[in-house]
Amino acid sequence: MPETIPHDSVGLVTPQSMHFDEPLTLRSGRVLESYDLTFETYGALNADNSNAVLICHALSSDHHAAGYHSMDDKKPGWWEACIGPGKPIDTNHFFVVSPNNLGGCSGSTGPTSINPETGKHYGPDFPICAVRDWIRSQKRLADKLGIFQWAAVVGGSLGGMQALRWSLQYPERIKHSVVIASAPKLSAQNIAFNEVARQAITNDPDFHDGHYYEHNTFPKTGLAQARMLGHITYLSDEGMGSKFGRDLSNGEFNFDFNAEFQIESYLRYQGEQFTSRFDANTYLLMTKALDYFDPARAYDNSLTKCLSQVECDFLVMSFSSDWRFSPQRSEEIAEALIEADKNISYMEIESDKGHDAFLMPIPRYMDIFSAYMKRVAKEVNEGVTA
Amino acid sequence: MSMNNLRADLDIIKDWIPSNSQVLDLGCGDGEFLQYLKQHKNVLGYGLEIDSDKITECVCKGVNVIEQNLDSGLANIKNNSIDTVVMTQALQAVKRPDQLIDEMLRIGNEAIITFPNFGHWRTRLYLINKGRMPVSETLPYHWYDTPNIHLCTFKDFEALCYRKGITIKHRMVVDQTHHEHWFYNLWPNLLGDIAIYHIGRK
Repeated sequence: MPETIPHDSVGLVTPQSMHFDEPLTLRSGRVLESYDLTFETYGALNADNSNAVLICHALSSDHHAAGYHSMDDKKPGWWEACIGPGKPIDTNHFFVVSPNNLGGCSGSTGPTSINPETGKHYGPDFPICAVRDWIRSQKRLADKLGIFQWAAVVGGSLGGMQALRWSLQYPERIKHSVVIASAPKLSAQNIAFNEVARQAITNDPDFHDGHYYEHNTFPKTGLAQARMLGHITYLSDEGMGSKFGRDLSNGEFNFDFNAEFQIESYLRYQGEQFTSRFDANTYLLMTKALDYFDPARAYDNSLTKCLSQVECDFLVMSFSSDWRFSPQRSEEIAEALIEADKNISYMEIESDKGHDAFLMPIPRYMDIFSAYMKRVAKEVNEGVTA
Repeated sequence: MSMNNLRADLDIIKDWIPSNSQVLDLGCGDGEFLQYLKQHKNVLGYGLEIDSDKITECVCKGVNVIEQNLDSGLANIKNNSIDTVVMTQALQAVKRPDQLIDEMLRIGNEAIITFPNFGHWRTRLYLINKGRMPVSETLPYHWYDTPNIHLCTFKDFEALCYRKGITIKHRMVVDQTHHEHWFYNLWPNLLGDIAIYHIGRK
């Protein structure tokens, strides 16, 4: 709980919601007749609506990217390190829009919402969304907010994939794309991790084929296991080693199967915490969106050919110890953009924090990110249009 | 000094770069040259750099910069994908200048290279008189801490080009302040401080 709001925080924020009646045909062919998007905004929109920045969230986050919902909140939004006055995404300059994705479980229409056709929870019947479906829904949100062109679309991990997809799907509506700790598609290993996570959830006896709401139960064990597995891939061996080492809770071996090593307690705690805020069907859906993402597939698997249609400038960043989406994956994006004659800057940030580094205020990362966003802000002020 | 405040060797080579072309600058520093080319010649430029402060300066300037160590190779950049590959004052500091020159001409149609000439008369005199590794304004380091691990002379460079079948399109010689003078070209290997070469494939 913050006793006072830090001066570089956006402060107390209230999520907003917008209803959309126009049916949305999804990549799967299924149609969402209507839906709601929950989102937060920080900062103020300028007179010509040119200073808007879209934040795209990752697998397990939501619209609450910065600030606090109340003075009782234990933690601020998930990207507090990067959004706020004087921070890389400087709310003194930008109007920041941060939506919860369709299929999410934090307010936007998703498996936990009531299906108006049946009067019951969508549950497992909620259509699996592709990244492009999210972009279409975000574009409609932009339309309603009167934002024609984003000064920048920014995201890490799955959010970075959305920032990349935006540049392809609506090239004229995005000026800069900031793709952090991301990849142009998942590797077999990435998909394998997602599959184990899904198996953990769907094999939980409380899962009931996804209809657990009707059974008044929840696949808590499976979702916690999925989160524990995910969490391992978000940290580096080095980072985990320096944080937990082989430390024991009691200092001695117990010769039983309770959590003894600190890392075990930590993972169990993380898993447990996650189940109190996240929905299992949403987790399944988000991992599928990740698995399916492969924009080059429609272009003879040539990322260069695919990216030749983008018009925006790119900042691509990776982290040295990230093995979930390693620097090589970001370099694939950078190489294709260079070959496609696009404006691109790329940096690999030195860090032992693994994939999660993109959420943290690492000085070098903040320097580069700030420098780039200052340039974006400068262009906004100078009225440079694409 | 010219009106554009460009470093003197860059002021010379800018004229060798066509408008609306693509340039890859190896060791681009703070991005000064690429910024100039973008503003004045509508050049699409990319810089490779490893110094983090300089990378940040490039980003501030809106210059495309890729964090990359030249000694790790340029395998990530496709054949013939760039019109001109530029490397100023870095040839002598890389692990394998010969391989890097091959790479420059694999990626680019042409390359521009500038380096300090170790055959300059002052360098020769220093070695003869003192019997120690030359230290000068152009080469301000000691033998043990110098980043310049592959110093060469005009003649050495041209011999390498000859062996590799590389065409020398232009050659310029300038002094320590990067100014040129007609008589430097009489005995470039003796009088020239900085060598500037514009090369291409045969």
